[in-house]
This record gives sequence, C-alpha cells and structure tokens, in this order.
Amino acid sequence: MTVLALRNVSKSFGPIQVLHNVDLALEPGEVHALIGENGAGKSTIMKILSGFLDPTEGELLFSGQPVRFGSGPEAEAQGIVVIHQEFNLAADLTVAANVFLGRELGGFRLDHSAMRAATAKLLDRLHSPIDPGTLIRDLSVPDRQMVEIAKALSRNPRVLIMDEPSAVLTHREVGSLYEQIDRLRGEGVAILYCSHRLDEVAHLADRITVLRDGRVVRQALRGELTEDGMAAAMVGRELQDFYPPKGNPSDEPALQITDLTVPGKVHGVSLTLRKGEVLGIAGLVGSGRTELAEGIVGLRAATGEIRVGGRPTPITSLRDAFAAGLAYLTEDRKEAGLLLDKGLRENLTLATLERFGAWRLDVAAEDAALDKATQEFDIRAPRRDMVAGKLSGGNQQKLLLAKTMLPDPRIIIIDEPTRGIDVGTKAQIYAFIRDLAAEGRSLIVISSEMTEVIGISDRVLVMREGRLAGAVEGNAMTEDNIVRLAMGVTGEAA
Amino acid sequence: MKLDLHTLGPLVALVALIILGALLNPAFLAPANITNVLARSAFIGMIAVGMTFVITAGGLDLSVGSMAAFLAGIAIIAMNFALPSVGENWGTILLGMIVCILGGIAAGYLNGALITKARIEPFIVTLGTMGIFRSLITWMADGGTLSLDYGLRTLARPVYYGGIGWITWPIIAFALTAIAGEWIMRHSRFGRHVEAIGSNDRVARYSAIDVNRVKLMTYVLLGLLVGLATVLYVPRLGSASGSTGTLWELEAIAAVIIGGTALKGGTGRVWGTVVGVLILSLIDNILNLADLVSPYLNGAIQGVIIVLAVVLQREKRTADER
Repeated sequence: MTVLALRNVSKSFGPIQVLHNVDLALEPGEVHALIGENGAGKSTIMKILSGFLDPTEGELLFSGQPVRFGSGPEAEAQGIVVIHQEFNLAADLTVAANVFLGRELGGFRLDHSAMRAATAKLLDRLHSPIDPGTLIRDLSVPDRQMVEIAKALSRNPRVLIMDEPSAVLTHREVGSLYEQIDRLRGEGVAILYCSHRLDEVAHLADRITVLRDGRVVRQALRGELTEDGMAAAMVGRELQDFYPPKGNPSDEPALQITDLTVPGKVHGVSLTLRKGEVLGIAGLVGSGRTELAEGIVGLRAATGEIRVGGRPTPITSLRDAFAAGLAYLTEDRKEAGLLLDKGLRENLTLATLERFGAWRLDVAAEDAALDKATQEFDIRAPRRDMVAGKLSGGNQQKLLLAKTMLPDPRIIIIDEPTRGIDVGTKAQIYAFIRDLAAEGRSLIVISSEMTEVIGISDRVLVMREGRLAGAVEGNAMTEDNIVRLAMGVTGEAA
Repeated sequence: MKLDLHTLGPLVALVALIILGALLNPAFLAPANITNVLARSAFIGMIAVGMTFVITAGGLDLSVGSMAAFLAGIAIIAMNFALPSVGENWGTILLGMIVCILGGIAAGYLNGALITKARIEPFIVTLGTMGIFRSLITWMADGGTLSLDYGLRTLARPVYYGGIGWITWPIIAFALTAIAGEWIMRHSRFGRHVEAIGSNDRVARYSAIDVNRVKLMTYVLLGLLVGLATVLYVPRLGSASGSTGTLWELEAIAAVIIGGTALKGGTGRVWGTVVGVLILSLIDNILNLADLVSPYLNGAIQGVIIVLAVVLQREKRTADER
C-alpha cells in the first residue's frame, strides 16, 4: 500500500511551469531513486512531498488520502523526514543538541544525558566515531553529513527523502549509509533517493523515476536500466563519448613538485606534470588532495621546490602562482569560488581586474570578456544582469571555469570539476578539459568520482593520509587499483 | 548612479523632508539656513563616506568620534606649541592641518593593523581605541577644554566660515569627498575589491586579492577622512574637549545604513550615505526651526528613521528575490 504519492501533479512559479503531470508513488520497504539533470524538477518534487510547497494542480496522497501539509514541520509530524543537501545544523551547538533540536528531552531543565546517550546510540548504528558532545563547527563536512543522517533517523521516519546524501561522504561512510538504507528498507520505510551518482542508483534503487524538463520520462524497476540507459534517459539522447578520447601528452615537464609539505596535511609529495597532460589525483576525502593543490598555488603555507617549465619558481601567494602561469579552480564553488550575490561580470573578472584598466575599470571591456566567456564556455544565463547565485550549478561551474581561465594560465589545477552538476554539463566540462590539454596546457584534476578520474585522466596519482600512495596509468587505471591504493590495502595491486 | 529602489527610497525621504521643512518654516529654504545645514553635515558626512568603505568591506569603526576629538586636541597643542617659533601665520595653521591628517592616517592604520594583523574583531578593536582616544583627549585637556591661541583662531576662522559665495569650504570638501568616494567605489579596482571582500572574503582570497591589505586601506582611508573633517572642525570653535565629537561614530554608521549599505558588507552606496547624512541633519534642523515637536526628541525621531530604513530595505530585498 502506497504511503506517499503524487497524482497528476503540476507546479508553476508565475508563468513558468516546472512540473508537468507527474505521477510518483513511494511504497513501504522500497528505495525509489529520482534522477534527472539539474533543473529537471527534482527539488520541486521533494519540496511538494515534504510539505514545503503545494502543487498547482493534482494531488498529494498520504496513505491513499489527499492531503495538504501546511508546512514542512507538519509533514514531519506525520513521519515524512527530509535530509537536505545543504546542512541544517547549528554550528555552535553540540551534535546531541542538533539531533534533538526543537524536540529536546526533559522538562524545564533539559535532560542532557538522555539526549547524549540517545545520540551516541544513533551514531553507533552508523558506525560513526563522533562524540555527541562535539560542536558541529569542529566537525569535518562528512561528519556533519553523518549527523544529518543520525538526526533524520532519530525522527523514526515512515518516509525518508534524501537529497544527494552521499555527495560529501568518504568511501567508508557511504558504506554505513547504504547499510542504514538497507535496514530502513527492511523496517518498511519508504525511501526517496535523489542522486547524481548513477552507479549508486543502480546499486540501491528498487525503482527508478527519470525526470526531464519537469516530466517523468521513464520509470523502471531494479535491473531494467543500465547506467548508460539512465544517463541517456536523463539527457534525452545517447551519451556517446561521455568522456572524450585521451590525449597525447609530450614528455616535456610543465610542472615539477619536489617534496612538497603542508604542515599537518601533506607530507613530502613529489610529482611531475607533463605538457599537455591531464593528471588525475584520486584519494579519499581528507587525504590531502585539496591541501596539496592549495600548497602548490600559494593558498597555504608550504615547503618544497616547485619548478615551472624546468625553472625553480618560488610561489608564496596566489599572485605568484598567476604570474607563473598557474591557476586553481576550487572545489568549494559557493564559498570560495563565486560571489553568489554579485553579477556574472563582477565574478568573471574578479581575479584579473588589473587587466581591465589601471585606474578606471573598463566596464565595456569586462562586458566583452563576459560575452566571450559565455560563448566559449556555453554559460546559459537567462539574464545578463543576474547574480551568480541564481545560475544553475552547472552554469556556475562553467562561469567559475571561465574565471579561472581568464588569466590564460598554462597549468590549471581543477578540484572536483563536476561536483553537484548534471550529466549533460559534466560531459561539456570533460570536453573543455580535454580541449585545454590539446592546446598544450597541462591540467591536474582532483576528483572523488572514480569513473570521472579514470575517464578524464591520462595518468592517476592516488593520495592517502597526505602522502602519494602510488600512480596508475594505461590499463592499470581501474577502480579496483585506485581504491586499493587509496585505502592502503596491501596484496595484489597494479 | 543607478536609480533602483534601494537608492530611490532614501532619496524620496530626503525630498519629502525638504518639502516638509519648507512648509513648516519659510526660513528653511533661506541660503543662510541651507549653508548652515550643509556645513554642519560636512564633518559627519566626510567621516560617513569613509565609514561606507569600512562597512562595505565587512568591518566597523566605533572610534571615529573619539579619534576626531583626539586629532583636534593634538592639532591645537601642536599649533600652540609652534606659535612662538613660527609666528601667528598660515604656516602654523598648515602645521596643525598636517598633524591632523597624518594623525588620522596613523590612527586608522592602528585600527586596521590590529584588525588585520592581530586578527581581532573590528568591533572589539575600535571599541578599545574609542575609549583610548576619548581618554587621551580628556587627559590632554585636563578634564576641561583645550583652546587654540586667540590670534590663530581668528586667522583660521575662514577655513570653516569662508568659501566661494555661500558655498563654504566644508561644503566644498564634503562634495569633493562624496564625488571621489562614489567614483572609487564604483569605478576603481579598490572599490570592486572592497565589495568582493564584504560579500565573501574567502572568494576574494581565492581570487588573488590581498584581503588584509584592502581591509587595512579602508581603515586608513577612514582615518584620513576623519583627519580632514577635523581640519575643518577645529577653526569652527577653536577648541577641543572631552565631549568633542561624541556620538559621531553612531551618526556616521546610521547615515551609512540609512543610505542602503548593508551592515554585513558587500554592497556600498556612497551616494546613499550622503543622502543619509542629509536626512539626519535635516531632521535636526527642521525640529529646531518648527515648534511642532521639541528638539529634545530629535534622537528619538532619528532612531525611528534608522530602524524604518532598514525594515523598508529588507522588504524590498525579499521582493527582489521573487
């Protein structure tokens, strides 16, 4: 018997219709994956299911009866719990206080020990070593996600809606997450799972709904759709050449790093990047990949020798890196990459303003640069004067790429090139990366997505606990080999 | 100047106040009164223009009122000290002006360095220096008043009272500061960097902007403008005491906020600040000219205006997002 369902639901915001006659049914004891490109309408569906939005037409059925939840909390009282993609945690409160936020145990005086004990039990089920007394601000991003999951579990959900819960988790934590999903499924909870990771969808989902442009274009049961089939349904065309063909790097070294150390994070890493090469760096979250990149470009204090084009080049600031022809595209698009409340033009030129006038900024030249960038990187902005935060994730990433390329760097380090963006844009970004390498530029691509790092790179270095654990190349570039190196598993390897 | 709702709101309020003033008392529009209002706005106005940069970059400076009093004090002491050797002439007055301006730059640098190099919250640093400057001027004046030599005072009077026709020097200085401030905020790299830092300083750092240097420069700029304002202020009364410049910091911050600059930084509106300063001083002036409401209620009305301005701007902001 269906717990929660949409029947013929349409939704419009003003003149724009974002959902067209959507039918969707969540069954108890079933994991239902909802996939689609950014802007396909996934978040609108989640918001309607969880009571944050009302449908314009059609009905929301709860246990077969039409309902209208006035608000999110009202839906939650009925056992419909959401794990949002953005964290909803109070940074200055403890883990236990967050898990019980709004439903604290105890009377006038809070029962701290009971809340701590209950939280410890929840975290234990998730195999998470987090202490319930820790402040959220002292936790890493994956740990915060585990707290979000614990918080959702503590609500005893009948329906659990998860929006990209694994995006920021490390390998081991993803395992615990899957374990909990299996347990909840066994207990008869209905689960809606949104994800961009198609391998994970294939692994978890009993039923898959594919959305495109606000319409359900495909519904399938477990095993009926391959990953390629899902991608094709989402994009509406066959994704031939999802990863562009590999390049032909020269033997000439573009960047040589010797014994780079970032205190406490990276220990004596040496590597050589060849001209025209795409060098992948894999490793678990927290293995020091980002810190290595930030150490190279002068964003973090680091020791070691850096040679650019064979010449020793000391780099102590991002300015130095720019001058040496290096650029870095951050993994944290929203907090370190773009000014979300500023326009596209301001964002594009922010790192290279000195090129746009010595005294008076030449807005016309900036606009021309924006025109060129939107064309070159296919940035699709409904309005030229909109703020960057209103762009879709994929277009934000393309804008950030354009911003990174504006100083015309010869060596580009890209940290998580496609985090949180849709399949179509991913393919575009891979093509851009290849094109840049074919122009004779050299790239380092850091990625947590195995298929991506294998698909895009000529060679992959694997990091573990701040050190280089090994390198794989050619036919040895397999998921298995990389995971072994990343996890430090000994035995038969490449 | 872009005429969107945020800039338009305060402007409408200003026009409404001018019409109200003219209706209540015909003397309101007399050149003498206008000159008076504008000249008195000039001190707070120049400081508020500097404050716009500090706030836009995500900072705050509570010390400017005390700083002005302190600068007035050291300038008067310097001029009185130099009088016997240099004589009763413009050389001595010029020396006082230089002391004011260099002192302002140094004081701004002190605030900025404590904030960017020692990494202390702007609120705490400037709360501290506010107390320090205030205490120093009270001590220098020995609890009373520091007075400029009578002859020098007479000589320097035109700096405040003189000018081109009815447009006195303070008005000219205020206007030039406002124009320069608007230009820098709108058209220079420094202005763009200031807005970027206030919007998200991590993004600014990852865009190869020297965040600390730019932040420091906003405090130095503010210090310089406090120094300039003091140069014009000293000739007005020719004295300084422990109560000189009290609450200027709050008036300056209020003017910035009324003008539409967000207290959390990121968007600077220098024209808005100018309008904010004029609104505050017009309320004062109208209450003094009209018998409708006691001038003692001036502070209350200004308070209402400040809160109202923020509420109106916030509603517009949410309306924009739809």
